[in-house]
Amino acid sequence: MPAIIKDGAIIEDGWVRLTAEQIEQDGLPADGDLIVPLSVWKSQREAIAARSGRTTVCLAPGDEPAEIADDLAGLPLVAVYFPAFRDGRGYSYARELRTRYHYEGEIRAVGDVLRDQLFYMQRVGFNAFQIRADRDIHDALQGLKVFSVTYQGDVKDPRPIYRRR
Amino acid sequence: MYVYQDYDRQLLTERVAQFRDQTRRFLAGELTDEEFLPLRLQNGLYIQRYAPMLRVSVPYGMLNSTQLRTLGHIARHWDKGYGHVSTRQNVQFNWPALEDVPDILAKLAEVEMHAIQTSGNCIRNVTTDEFAGIDAAEIEDPRPWCEIIRQWATFNPEFAYLPRKFKIAVNAVPAKDPALIGVHDIGVQIVHREGETGFAILAGGGLGRTPMIGEVIGEFVAWPHLLSYLEAILRVYNKYGNRDNKYKARIKTLVKALGVEKFRELTEAEFAEMKDGPMTLTAEEVERMRGFFSEPPYDTKATDQPTALTDALGSNKAFNRWYHTNVRAHRQPGYAAVTLTLKKTGRAPGDITDDEFDAVADLADQYSFGEARTTHQQNMVLGDVRQDQLFSLWQALDALGFATPNFKLLTDIVACPGGDFCSLANAKSIPIAEAIQRHFDDMDYLHDLGELDLNISGCMNACGHHHIGHIGILGVDKKGREYYQITLGGRGDKVTQIGEKLGPSFDTDDVVPVIARLIDLYVEQRRPDELFIDTYERIGIEPFKERAYASNN
Ligand code: SF4
Repeated sequence: MPAIIKDGAIIEDGWVRLTAEQIEQDGLPADGDLIVPLSVWKSQREAIAARSGRTTVCLAPGDEPAEIADDLAGLPLVAVYFPAFRDGRGYSYARELRTRYHYEGEIRAVGDVLRDQLFYMQRVGFNAFQIRADRDIHDALQGLKVFSVTYQGDVKDPRPIYRRR
Repeated sequence: MYVYQDYDRQLLTERVAQFRDQTRRFLAGELTDEEFLPLRLQNGLYIQRYAPMLRVSVPYGMLNSTQLRTLGHIARHWDKGYGHVSTRQNVQFNWPALEDVPDILAKLAEVEMHAIQTSGNCIRNVTTDEFAGIDAAEIEDPRPWCEIIRQWATFNPEFAYLPRKFKIAVNAVPAKDPALIGVHDIGVQIVHREGETGFAILAGGGLGRTPMIGEVIGEFVAWPHLLSYLEAILRVYNKYGNRDNKYKARIKTLVKALGVEKFRELTEAEFAEMKDGPMTLTAEEVERMRGFFSEPPYDTKATDQPTALTDALGSNKAFNRWYHTNVRAHRQPGYAAVTLTLKKTGRAPGDITDDEFDAVADLADQYSFGEARTTHQQNMVLGDVRQDQLFSLWQALDALGFATPNFKLLTDIVACPGGDFCSLANAKSIPIAEAIQRHFDDMDYLHDLGELDLNISGCMNACGHHHIGHIGILGVDKKGREYYQITLGGRGDKVTQIGEKLGPSFDTDDVVPVIARLIDLYVEQRRPDELFIDTYERIGIEPFKERAYASNN
């Protein structure tokens, strides 16, 4: 089973993420825990409900978190996909899921997820990270502990520094 | 000036350690060029044409003498003996070695300086009027607000990977735009309403390929909500800004594409959610910030126009001339603000040597409460000089070559580093500045011409702010040759206004003769007391066009 970082530790994880193309070609697998793109999530509700394994959704840049607002209560996890680490839209999506929709489940960064972005990612609401496969996950873990000082509030503590003093 | 607290210092220490490790991993091949790129840019480090360039942040242009000496030390030990004041009030070093940068940052951290977010697609250094706290017309000091914004922007986790760079400026002078807020991604205009401080917030201004003046998004944002409102705008931009084409990625394109109404609607919706939440500023915090920018201990017995000054003005013509160009009125009686022009002919505009950093530091200590400022016109300012000391200060400046009495005149040219240093350049800009300075070397004539802003950029990125020069010069590339396009009528003085293109671009050798012909026409056409820009606005571009291209027909 592949490993991910979750809540500051490395754990084994069984969720499988498929692309829309893969699903179009091979159909939805009947069992296993599955992460599907928003387009599939919206268009194949019945097929998803019929699966024996769990299913959840992945937001890609350009997707609106609002589209899954009504589903959030039943989701153990939402994935946010970074096609390139320099595309920062996912940061606002995670923030929105936490502060607008008060989502308390797992938010997992997937795709081009690297050590040097993790500190910011956890502050906006990500608590799980699937590190890019060619990188050492143990090395990446260090990215969570870069700064002990922050000026702004964040998902863990919404108070900016001037309300913490 | 803002005084660092323990946590501010701790943050810088952690930043240096982080960048040291990132640099080590890059040099060890654990980070690719592409992965290292935004990390180093967000630390002000470019890989330039000949060497890396390190851009050091000078928050809203304020420096103390200890910091100036450290900049001198860096220039001496890690560079070729000089630095450069940029048009966004930062200080750049053109020759540091990549391996040395962590040590340079550690040295800067000792004096509460850094290079955080001076480049890259993030929120950049916040700027304001270089005469903040000095100009009597200002309704309050903008610097506490700049510092509040700076802290919010520093390592803001949500906005580190924006579509493009993002610049914020604050202005506190009514009906004038000394901070150029009209051409910033966000412009914050301080306003008072029924005795309460608030802000008119503009978004979508910018120079570059398609220059635009910002639109008012928030008409009056009460002071407690400043950061929530800024965050709302940034969130809309981060979600919807264009990321496919870097020429369409600035917020100005988004505001234009959505329309002001729609953009405002999205912003207000985000704002409504955050308003009165934890980001709301507290009166204590604002007072605390204001406390950092309280007045220096002025001599309250000092008076305007003391005899020591009037005598010197009467007896020394050179001093008199400098006084009338480079000295500016101060709201504190008996004091004045002095501009040190870094524009002596033969010096790249804005360049300053290691020894000169030290010399300015000494002068700041001696004459101006130990503080100096950098300006967006690439000069430096000693902000609080007693008027009876102006003459002795002038003598010291004159000996150093900082007393060129050309502040705001034609040869006080603003120019980006251009093709001599910058890898993005289409053409050189420094030699053009120098050629113009050499041609117009008669001080009497320059003073007769009066105030005239001339700005040069080496490419469309417009770091030399050519769009807002009364005369703007832009380097363009035509089949591998350097050409220059001229714009007229831009303004970054009282108001911000984008200049108009004169016509087809000129060969390098034609630039000076064309500028000379434009100036001649102004001299022929001007009415008493008209500046170049006034005459231009009265008679329009046509006569200038005719004259500029006259010899080519
Ligand atoms: S305007 Fe162009 S040439 Fe000049 S510094 Fe900016 S990017 Fe470089």
